[in-house]
Amino acid sequence: MISDADHLADSKEQKQESTEVALESHSEEELANRKQSRRKEIEGPIPHLSSAMSRPAHRRPEYHKINKDLFVLTYGALVAQLCKDYEKDEDVNKYLDKMGHGIGTRLVEDFLARSCVRRCHSYSEIIDIIAQVAFKMYLGITPSVACNNSSRNEFSLILDKNPLVEFVEELPAGRTSLCYCNLLCGIIRGALEMVHLDADVAFLQDRLKGDSVTEIGITFLKKPDEKKYRRKK
Amino acid sequence: MVDAVLFEFLHTEMVAELWAHEADPDPGPGEQKMNLLVLESMGFRVGQALGERLPRETLALREELDVLKFLCKDLWVAVFQKQMDSLRTNHQGTYVLQDSSFPLLIRMASGLQYVEEAPKFLAFTCGLLRGTLSTLGIKSLVTASVVALPACRFQVVVQRS
Repeated sequence: MISDADHLADSKEQKQESTEVALESHSEEELANRKQSRRKEIEGPIPHLSSAMSRPAHRRPEYHKINKDLFVLTYGALVAQLCKDYEKDEDVNKYLDKMGHGIGTRLVEDFLARSCVRRCHSYSEIIDIIAQVAFKMYLGITPSVACNNSSRNEFSLILDKNPLVEFVEELPAGRTSLCYCNLLCGIIRGALEMVHLDADVAFLQDRLKGDSVTEIGITFLKKPDEKKYRRKK
Repeated sequence: MVDAVLFEFLHTEMVAELWAHEADPDPGPGEQKMNLLVLESMGFRVGQALGERLPRETLALREELDVLKFLCKDLWVAVFQKQMDSLRTNHQGTYVLQDSSFPLLIRMASGLQYVEEAPKFLAFTCGLLRGTLSTLGIKSLVTASVVALPACRFQVVVQRS
C-alpha cells in the first residue's frame, strides 16, 4: 500500500522512468468502430477474441453482466469502507444519504433528458413516475406504489427485487441498524429537491433487517408559501 | 439492468468526498479520510470481484501479454463501453495502457486545466486494474498519469516474486 502511494504521487517520475526503459510499441491498437470493428493483430492470432467482431463488443451478454455488477460491487465496497470509518450505524446511514443527495441532484438532469415525462399535476403522479420510469431506467426494477394517508402526501415504494443487495446475504455483525441502501433515499430526496419539492425519504421496512418487504417512505413536505403542485417539465 | 451511468455518478461522488475531506484540515477522531489509497483499495476489491465473474476462457489465458490485451479490449469495453487506445510493452513486465478519451475524465475538462485533480479520478480505476489482474494470477503495481485531459495513461508493472 505504501509503495502504491509513492507511485501515485510520483506520476511524473514514473513517466520518465518508462521512457528510459525503452518501451517498444509492438502493440498499437486502433480505435474500434461501433459498426465496423476492425482489429490489427498484435502478436499472432487470438481466436477467442476475434469472435467479438460479429456484433458490438459491449453488447455481448457477459459484458452486460460485468457492467451491471460494477455499480453493485462498487456500492458494496463503499458501504464496507464506511463501516470501517464510522462506528455508529446512524453515521453510516447519514453519510450514505448525503452522498445519495449529491448524486440525486445530478441524476435528475440525466433522467429528464432521457425520459419523456409529461407535466405532473399531483404528488401521486410524481411517485408513479419515480417508480415506473426512473427506477426502471436506472435499476431495472419497478417498485409498487402505495399511498399512506388521506391527505395524499405520504407514499410508499415497495421493492420486491433490489439489485443493490444482490451480493448481500445479511447485514454485517453488529450492524443491525444499518440501512444498506440508504443511498437510494438520498438520491430520491436530492432529485425531488432539484424540482423544488421537499420530501422526507427513509426506509420504513428492510428485508435485510428481517422485515418481510423492503419499503421506502416518501413524505412530501409543504413549504409555507408554496403554490399548489408547481412543477416545471 | 443497472444503468451504466449510475457507476459514473457514484464514482464522481466518491471523489468529491475526497475533495471535501482534503479541505477539512482536522478530521474528527476515528474518522479515516477517503483518500487516494482508500479509493485505490476499493477499486482493488471491485476488480477482484469482477475478475471472478469473467467468462471461463479468460481465466485460461496463460500468456501475460494476452491478459493485458484482454484488459485493454474486453474489460475496458465492459466497464467503459470503449476499448483502450493503445498498449505498449517492453516485454519485461512493464505495460503502458493509453486511453485518449477516458470516460471518467471527459466530464471534467479538456486540456491542461485540472490536471492536478485528475489523479483522484484515476485512483479507483488503477485499483480496478490491479484487482482484476490479481484474480487472473498476476501481481502488479498500477499507476496512472495525465498530461492533458481527457487522455490518460495507466502503467502496469508486473511483480515477479
